Amino acid sequence: MKTICEIFITPDSVTLCDNRIPVTEKGNKLLVELYRKFINDYPKFFKMDTLSRLSFVASELLIKKEIEITPNIATENRAVILANNSASIKNDTDFSATISDPDNYFPSPALFVYTLPNITTGEIAIRNHYFGESSFYVLRDESCLNEILESTPFDSALVGWVECPDSNNFNAHLSIVRK
Amino acid sequence: MIYKLADNIISPLGTTSEDNLKAVLDGRSAISVYTDVFPSVEPFCASLFSQRHDFTTLCIDSISEALTHTTIDTSSSDVIFIISTTKGNNLRLWEPASQIATHFGNPNCPVVVSNACISGVCAQITALRLLDSGKYKTAIVTGCDIQTQFIVSGFQSLKALSSAPCRPFDKDRIGLNLGEAAATIIFSTEKPNLPAAWALLDGSIHNDANHISGPSRTGEGSFRCLSDILRNTEINNIACVNVHGTATLYNDEMESIALSRAGLSETPVNALKGFYGHTMGAAGVLESILTMHSVEQGLILPTRGFSQQGTTNAIAIDNSLRHTDKRQFIKLLSGFGGCNAAIIYSML
Repeated sequence: MKTICEIFITPDSVTLCDNRIPVTEKGNKLLVELYRKFINDYPKFFKMDTLSRLSFVASELLIKKEIEITPNIATENRAVILANNSASIKNDTDFSATISDPDNYFPSPALFVYTLPNITTGEIAIRNHYFGESSFYVLRDESCLNEILESTPFDSALVGWVECPDSNNFNAHLSIVRK
Repeated sequence: MIYKLADNIISPLGTTSEDNLKAVLDGRSAISVYTDVFPSVEPFCASLFSQRHDFTTLCIDSISEALTHTTIDTSSSDVIFIISTTKGNNLRLWEPASQIATHFGNPNCPVVVSNACISGVCAQITALRLLDSGKYKTAIVTGCDIQTQFIVSGFQSLKALSSAPCRPFDKDRIGLNLGEAAATIIFSTEKPNLPAAWALLDGSIHNDANHISGPSRTGEGSFRCLSDILRNTEINNIACVNVHGTATLYNDEMESIALSRAGLSETPVNALKGFYGHTMGAAGVLESILTMHSVEQGLILPTRGFSQQGTTNAIAIDNSLRHTDKRQFIKLLSGFGGCNAAIIYSML
């Protein structure tokens, strides 16, 4: 399995293919800054929860970098395989707040839709027309993803770890890989 | 390929696979209307246990019962636990999985598959891949979800629920019922010495690349999954396709399109959510087990709740019991996030 490019995003730093990308904001605002600076053509971004924004921004930066390296790559069957340890806990907490008070009970469908961690893989597949496999795993740590990736059949995949316990505390390590 | 050693279902219809099959053959269902189970939610129609269960205990009980039919040493490093769930234990997915593996003395880190409603099929595919890779010899796959205020209120907010028992593929279908269960399949790289041995041959997962909560109008992902797994068999070998059949307007329509595109319009199709409701993370495992047990007896289970064809593409669905002498079946599922999965089993 060969890594074409990789990206690390933390609440205050972004490193793409070993190069630090200068940013001024932190946390959720950092993701918005990255969106406005490098993407800025997908308003659905603003409907996404932080976990989806994190995965989305990471994937967009990787894909743009990949196009620089290999401009005409076919990606229709690309797989999207992500993992973390906390599933969609931040979104779950937000949705729970809309149902926990019996005097103020208003379950929000817009929030409920994001209470599954695999939605992030769907967002990436939709944006990029990827008809390959999309999967999400909840694991002890990032190293546990390797044996899963090694045994998953794909030619090309967008893979990695996207942890988002709350909107200002997150960590992503995504890569585009090929077999 | 990998082989089924044993299985278990714990549901409102029984605590073993055999008891569950018997209940379904007797036409029983635990689907009814609930008014006071969870705070603030509107009355809803579902299949629930008579008392609230703890997620982790339910998984452990299901695994324990399945293990009684094997001689596996769960403390061995060549055994891997794979858990399929959407909301785990009170929104925690990793912690209960870790507790389950520890309970059985297993040294490996369990794998939790959280791929929305297709998790139960994905977990079986993960078992197939990990065992075929040579990394492990045995996989214990458990799908489980329990209903909560969180899930019920969420589905109510999406207006996806039917206030009456659901009607898969029927022209008057209006939505799904929720359900809860635990279901376990124990897989091995070695063929068991049994009169009927089931082998999981292949699996496929594809995204529709269309919408995060609505199915593809062309059934694209499901069609690609079905095409993949039909590559190494003849449609004539297939006893039935057990589908997702949630009884929502869009899901069932989408599945009928995918089945038709894949050349499966004449192949018997059935759906089991009229007996169990949508058991979320358990669905793929539970529905595969029941299909195995029924096809083994030459039976295709009825689609409870179906009466009249309600999809644009006609499919071979029936609300009565049918017979078959064929030895393969397909299990198909779709889920939020635009994901779809299919597996093919063969009786050897």
